[in-house]
Amino acid sequence: MSKGPAEGFLERSRKKQRFFLSMTVLILLLALFALGFGSYRLPLAKLLSSLLGQSDGVGSVVLWNIRLPRIAAALAVGGGLGLSGLLIQSLLRNPLGSPSTLGISQGAAFGASLAIIAWGGRVLSVTVFAFAGALGATVLIVGLGRLRNLTPEAIILAGVALSSLFGAATVLLQYLADETRLAMAVVWSFGDVARSGWREIAMVAGATAALGLAGASWRWHLNALDTGVESAKTLGVSVERLRWQGLVLAALVSALATAFHGVIAFVGLIAPHAARRLVGADHRFLVPLSGLLGALLLLSADTFSRLILGSGSFPVGVVTSFLGAPLFLYLLVRGRS
Amino acid sequence: MIVSVLDIQFSYNSHDVLRGVRFRVDPGQCVAVCGTNGAGKSTLLRCLNGLLRPRVGTVFLDGEDVELLGRKEVARRCASVPQQGHGTDLTVFDVVLLGRLPHCRWGPSKEDLVRVERILEEMGLAELAHRPLSALSGGEAQKVILARALAQAPRVLLLDEPTNHLDLKNQLGMMEAIRRVVHREGLAAVTAIHDLNLALRYCDRLLFLKGGRIHGAVEPSEVTPALIRDVYGVDAVIERIHGRWVVIPR
Repeated sequence: MSKGPAEGFLERSRKKQRFFLSMTVLILLLALFALGFGSYRLPLAKLLSSLLGQSDGVGSVVLWNIRLPRIAAALAVGGGLGLSGLLIQSLLRNPLGSPSTLGISQGAAFGASLAIIAWGGRVLSVTVFAFAGALGATVLIVGLGRLRNLTPEAIILAGVALSSLFGAATVLLQYLADETRLAMAVVWSFGDVARSGWREIAMVAGATAALGLAGASWRWHLNALDTGVESAKTLGVSVERLRWQGLVLAALVSALATAFHGVIAFVGLIAPHAARRLVGADHRFLVPLSGLLGALLLLSADTFSRLILGSGSFPVGVVTSFLGAPLFLYLLVRGRS
Repeated sequence: MIVSVLDIQFSYNSHDVLRGVRFRVDPGQCVAVCGTNGAGKSTLLRCLNGLLRPRVGTVFLDGEDVELLGRKEVARRCASVPQQGHGTDLTVFDVVLLGRLPHCRWGPSKEDLVRVERILEEMGLAELAHRPLSALSGGEAQKVILARALAQAPRVLLLDEPTNHLDLKNQLGMMEAIRRVVHREGLAAVTAIHDLNLALRYCDRLLFLKGGRIHGAVEPSEVTPALIRDVYGVDAVIERIHGRWVVIPR
């Protein structure tokens, strides 16, 4: 006897849950590899003893002060950017939406540069100004979209214009800065996951978790929105409120990620697209998978940057841009064919 | 009475689209809203489900002012079948399950899944349950959106040109399904429709909009050539063929 539609629906859900489990195991294995790999080798036995606090001083220092924070930062930032990208794309019904294509990351970068150049870069001021910049860009984009009833394509063009404006303003700030602060601002602008401490990582991870929980609680509303704004309203969804709440949370996560780690492009754009190809349009699965894929992408990019240099690494933002742009073009071409 | 519309007036900028529109729809009754393009049919439907707020007048659903009900409460009482919204890659089952959204707190329950399964089977859509909506034909997709509306378990059904883009067989199938469910469940249905012959065949009453006002509110047997000429500017004869009223333009 063939299965009924409801049983088929439940079976599909179980299959995707098994897929999530495999994805989580893959991320854990990659994290384990990344923990052991580097100029100071940590074989599995030594790695485990260091994790349990039973190793010599050097192994423990390398693990707890260098590698573990870096990997935790890659997972938290990657997951956050993947989730932000998905929320922005779904809430604006625009497949090209992401913190970097809408100028949100550039707004955060401008805010952070201003804080570094004007006040020397105290953590609190960089965070607050990065958030103000990200939120300013979000308000401008959403406000313009609502006031002028812009199409999704026009919203992306407005994002490009805004990115350019924030970029020019950042360059002007750097031109006016003294050499020390200029160097600080330039180094800060390289997207890098190796510079933050546990406190910053905890802040990004907390915001990412909040965004993930919010996204999970809005999964059905986002599905309704996928059928159209008016259609979602007739299903009882308060679309405007959902948009504002989602975009402010996404801007907060992007701002924290940018404030502590610089601009990391493409993760927020690619992770949701890849997730759609793997699990379809259902936000019950898209929300967790976008976060998982974002984390996997950034950890892979960071591990790759360490692998190809042998010792040391270069900023992960460079890797995500070099790998992300061709990968995105490939996804577009594959989608068309 | 389930739907009661009291003298509503609606304008886009300074252009009056609806002026002093007043009517009611009783349980088990299907009312067709007819008129030329731009006569305000879709605007009227959007006023009924609270998507648009009339400048003057009130819409009552089950005796309560629609503006005072929250969006979720309106969705529990009133389901809409829009002209668009069929472009999603969600599966048919997922789309119909969305109809339970106004009744859910955290997500659909086992009972919701069973209800959706029953509706899909009744509508002959069970075979398509796991296909993406975007991969279906226009007729199939329109049936899915109607199934979603039924999953909302509404008291009022609003349909915006439900037979648009459908072939003759699917037009008849869609209108038949609407009439069947309206009579069986005792719903009040309001449908904006261009095809007068479908309206005469399947609806209990026809409202003709002209210049933002109701120019005529009649039963199928009361439609006259003069009314058609007044509303559409077209000369037509109205004949009874095989027991059904038919409008034939000259």
